[in-house]
Amino acid sequence: MMLSCKEVTKLCSEALDRNLSLRERLSLRMHLMMCSGCTNFEEQMRHLRTITRRYAAGDFDTDMSTPTTRPGEQNS
Amino acid sequence: MLSDPHMLADLRHDMLRFARLQLRDADLAEDAVQEAMASAFANAERFSGKATLKTWVFSILRNKIVDVLRRSDRAATFSTLLGADFTDDAVDALFQDNGRWQASSAPSAWSDPEEAATNKAFWRVFEACLDHLPESVARVFMMREMLGFETAEICNELAITSNNCHVILHRARVGLRGCLEKNWFAGAEER
Repeated sequence: MMLSCKEVTKLCSEALDRNLSLRERLSLRMHLMMCSGCTNFEEQMRHLRTITRRYAAGDFDTDMSTPTTRPGEQNS
Repeated sequence: MLSDPHMLADLRHDMLRFARLQLRDADLAEDAVQEAMASAFANAERFSGKATLKTWVFSILRNKIVDVLRRSDRAATFSTLLGADFTDDAVDALFQDNGRWQASSAPSAWSDPEEAATNKAFWRVFEACLDHLPESVARVFMMREMLGFETAEICNELAITSNNCHVILHRARVGLRGCLEKNWFAGAEER
């Protein structure tokens, strides 16, 4: 079964939320071997998860001096 | 940190942005931050020093946000949101009719995502990209990736099917990925 890039992105996303079947994993690997766009996508899904968890954990520094990010003193 | 007014203001500021993204309601966000701060002060002796103070206070804040979400009538609010937000157009536009990437939207390799996370300006872009997602899509994504819900719990809480949940998460990740690439990683060479 040949997957389209769109289907591959869906599976890459679902792989973060459920166990893929053997058949799904094989079709995914087959596609990734031939497609650099989807290979980048798959890798970036993992980066996205790491980045998001880091943010939610408060494990980041922000630049308070950036004018657009500083709300009025009254509201903050 | 809890006794240094400048550090405290900075911490509060980051907490507020985080809570607003999660709740998309300034008053609810303010309340959650207030409660988390109060609880941090009240339990200051429990802070072990193993975590940084910020990550400790953020863990309290995440619990407060989950409480707020559980208190509100999420399922009802969510179905209204979903009705208003939901189309697959944003994802469909990236692909040709045969399901291949459009030439302009195929993902490029990201240079050094770990370095990005240490760059203060990156987090502003990240927040803006999250805020840019439709509310229902952002809600599901944040419950999953920030508040630690399993997809089955999300389906339950929001009264949606698991297929729906997967479709929404896919949409969120595709959207965020594209936004980060466009607004951060594609310009990384120039920084």
